[in-house]
Amino acid sequence: MLFDYLSVVVLLVLGLANIFGMMVLPKLLRPHNPTAQKLVAYECGENPIGTSWLQYNVRFFVVALVFIIFDMEIVFMFPWAVVFKEVYATSGPLPLIEMAFFIAVLAVGLIYLWVEGLLDWIRTIR
Amino acid sequence: MQEINGVSYLTKQIWTDATWLRFLSLNELGFFLMLIAGVLVLTFVLAYGTFVVWAERKVAGHVQDRLGPMRVGWHGWLQTLADGIKLMMKEDIYPTLADKPLFVLAPPIVFLSAFVGYAVVPFSQNAQMADLDIGVLYIMATASLGVIGLIMAGWASNSKWPLYGAMRSAALTVAYGIPLGLSIIPVLMVAGSLSMQDLVQSQNGGILHWNFFRCWPFMPLAFIIFFISNLAETNRVPFDIAEAESELVGGYHTEYSGVSFSVFFLAEYAAMYLACAVTTTLFLGGYLPPDLSGIPLILSLALLGIFLFWRFKTFHDRSQVSEAIFCAILVAAITLLWGVWPYFFWFLAKTGVLLYLMLHLRWTLPRLRIDQMMYMCWKVLTPVAFINILGTGLWWMWITGIPKNWWPY
Repeated sequence: MLFDYLSVVVLLVLGLANIFGMMVLPKLLRPHNPTAQKLVAYECGENPIGTSWLQYNVRFFVVALVFIIFDMEIVFMFPWAVVFKEVYATSGPLPLIEMAFFIAVLAVGLIYLWVEGLLDWIRTIR
Repeated sequence: MQEINGVSYLTKQIWTDATWLRFLSLNELGFFLMLIAGVLVLTFVLAYGTFVVWAERKVAGHVQDRLGPMRVGWHGWLQTLADGIKLMMKEDIYPTLADKPLFVLAPPIVFLSAFVGYAVVPFSQNAQMADLDIGVLYIMATASLGVIGLIMAGWASNSKWPLYGAMRSAALTVAYGIPLGLSIIPVLMVAGSLSMQDLVQSQNGGILHWNFFRCWPFMPLAFIIFFISNLAETNRVPFDIAEAESELVGGYHTEYSGVSFSVFFLAEYAAMYLACAVTTTLFLGGYLPPDLSGIPLILSLALLGIFLFWRFKTFHDRSQVSEAIFCAILVAAITLLWGVWPYFFWFLAKTGVLLYLMLHLRWTLPRLRIDQMMYMCWKVLTPVAFINILGTGLWWMWITGIPKNWWPY
């Protein structure tokens, strides 16, 4: 059981070795001649104005926040889905009814976000 | 865990039946086998990646009424290899303003997040590195780590275009993770397991037992949601605003050059193939043959014959050697796979069809705007996926009937 997870580590190490072989070893082959002009950040030929480590639009943050909420609930659904058949064989539609309640709760959350306008990308100020 | 799982089973046997192998350190042998399997998987990913890059350029060419790469090898089939060598000879540039450690670390993270998922891909009944009992969940978890690498790339570049690209790709990947996860649930309900081998075996018994053909209309709907979400997760057109060449210069990899850039590309194609492999496993019966008693065999042999006849008719003397090698590899691979390893052949065939679909979509659909994508994700796919779960439950109720005395109170 636990031994199987070793193969994940093996694959990770092999991937790293591959990256090493691709990115580090060809250093022997390729030229290295950096000039100031070459190392300027690309801004369509102009010199870049200011840094780009700036504050960014908050909409992206809202998407991440909504994602975390829903993703948590998907994680709760996975075990339910795996045992659904077994539980159904004895207690019939009960698991389905329970999941219907769970989804109803989620749907309330989704409808709330929808009505609040948090799912709209283009927002009007209210 | 199953008995059928070849490599893993073998290592487990050696691991447990320790007595008869005194002459070898057991950990070493099991580890050695695992290492061989890992090297095979790595070779497969690299070979398939180069092949798909070529295939994409050919498809693009023919969709646009061009020829695509034609110079290196017969119909340019060695083009990607030449490009790879060229990229390795290129100078790698680290912008002065960039955050160098993050800048260097980003491509490996993106690649590894896609590559590690291959540990549980069931290429065949015996060809799977490890049949983890959380297979699908594991792939979803590792694949969604790639977005960290993308944000790192965009942020570390300290340039405006990569930042836009990274932010967009983060929003997109993260948002489409929801319908992606929800569309897997119906399959899990029917299969009753998370292990990839169990998922495939639950679809045993011919084409009509594949999840795609069961449980209409819920399963096909889940398949469509899953496929669309995968397009978004891998930043493919029509969801490629993250690296939209015509508006952002190159998206998150604007500042990357040479090998780092090619690692990003390799990661993208590895993720694409992984998505196709998971789709095949979940919905199209994995490596199982469609079992139409010989019809596809005859059809495909006829197609191969037509192809060879057509080649014979339009035979040029240019690049004959390369063409001969290509044709020989093709014919040998098909016959060998079909005869020796039909499961692997069917897996490759199904994933190949899905990959072709992805490539063809890229060159036929226009790019969506980000607000259209968010609308699609939150207001169409997510509610439909929710209803889909309940619908699959009702379908199961209809198929199996309600057991007696189910009400416990």
